[in-house]
Amino acid sequence: MQEKLEDASRQLKFRSSKTGRDLSAAIGRICREIGRDGITIMHVCGSHEQALAKYGLRSALPPELDLIMGPGCPVCVTDLPEVDEAVALAESGVRIVTYGDMLRVPGSSKSLADARATGAKVDIVYGVHQAVELARKLEEEVVFFATGFETTAVATAAALLGGVPDNFLVLSAHKYVPPAMELVARIPGSRVEGFLAAGHAATITGWGIFADFAAKHGMPVVVAGFEPLDILAGVARLLELVRDRKAVVDNMYPRCVTRDGNQRAQEAMWKVFETMAGRWRGIAEIPDGNLRLREEWSHSDARKRFKIDMTGLWTQAPRARVDRCICGNIMAGLASPRDCELFGHECTPEDPVGACMVSSEGSCRIWHHYGGHPDLSDI
Amino acid sequence: MCLGVPGKIVKIDDFIATVDFWGVRKQVRLDIVDEPVSVGDTILNHVGYAIRRIPPSEVEATLELYEELLEAVSSDLMAADVRGELAGSSPEHPLSNAGK
Repeated sequence: MQEKLEDASRQLKFRSSKTGRDLSAAIGRICREIGRDGITIMHVCGSHEQALAKYGLRSALPPELDLIMGPGCPVCVTDLPEVDEAVALAESGVRIVTYGDMLRVPGSSKSLADARATGAKVDIVYGVHQAVELARKLEEEVVFFATGFETTAVATAAALLGGVPDNFLVLSAHKYVPPAMELVARIPGSRVEGFLAAGHAATITGWGIFADFAAKHGMPVVVAGFEPLDILAGVARLLELVRDRKAVVDNMYPRCVTRDGNQRAQEAMWKVFETMAGRWRGIAEIPDGNLRLREEWSHSDARKRFKIDMTGLWTQAPRARVDRCICGNIMAGLASPRDCELFGHECTPEDPVGACMVSSEGSCRIWHHYGGHPDLSDI
Repeated sequence: MCLGVPGKIVKIDDFIATVDFWGVRKQVRLDIVDEPVSVGDTILNHVGYAIRRIPPSEVEATLELYEELLEAVSSDLMAADVRGELAGSSPEHPLSNAGK
């Protein structure tokens, strides 16, 4: 009981409304010191967007500051052909196991949910280890459709290194965040002046990985946690660095992030995966943006075991609505969900057009759920 | 998929820990946790794997960072206010939802 109370009081410290107001005031002051409109900073994490929207944190930011979400939703950036591979395998009779968020992500003409509705074997798991357990119980092949950033890639790697049965295979659509930040920083029309890096991806990689990026692009990076105050403190610190024109990395989340990160997890990840160029849905081909299994793991690679034929999925013409989806621009930080004519009308969580409306970490889904950009300044 | 959840270790069997998350107990794998853990430690769980042992002192370290940040700003309060006045800017915005 005592311990529970201690945990609870520790939690509350990260939600003190006085500290919140003080941080909000500090952010206002620093923006006034910067002294211009259109100050733009980008975060790259669906969980940051959830906290921003859930707690209405944008109402604590001054109007001259724009805090936008970049390519931080791993489900959303999983590309059409990657979903197609999983759908094609499922439709050929192979059992596909994946994270729940992937089920309804649209491929060229179908999602895994569509395939399941017509009899394909598609199972949902909370973690990769459950997929391995399932493979141990079954004789047939079990393909884990592995998606997500570093945080889930290390789990996939650990599972393989821990030993898996021959019938367990990985279809990797894992993505690696640092190269995507590089691309977004250079994108024409980008107004981004600094990055708020995602705390839990940095738990793995360490904050040191962003040092070269900051120096190269002349842009500060601040690692922030996920409590409302963590985010406000991260924003305040990032703005100080923008004001002082210091292109350095700062860590505002020391309880989870160190300079070098979790080296054991990194070793596991690079033992199993290597980077390759890959498309991020709607954004671009990103050099080193994808993670594929190394040659040594060919025996567990679904792409090596099966000849995946996706052509059957490409015969249907794309639905007209898809052409009007602006998910790509939203994830590149060039547009917000409110700029989309489909948002909330033709595109809803029940009937999503783009991946950003499917995933709980997609900005469209989050804004649809929480309202996204409250303006409480009149209250 | 990006958000880890902290919990307290109540039991360890080899590479699997039983972890208490606000009253809910779950099994978490310890294959890639960053340092050795024991019963009573708080870990950050992500999709079934512990990815970080969180030393309690570092919770305080985070809070201290907030305070430093606020001090740094308040020490410059006057200059900031003067600049603010000159810029003719509005008062701070409310933070209506924090703490709820």
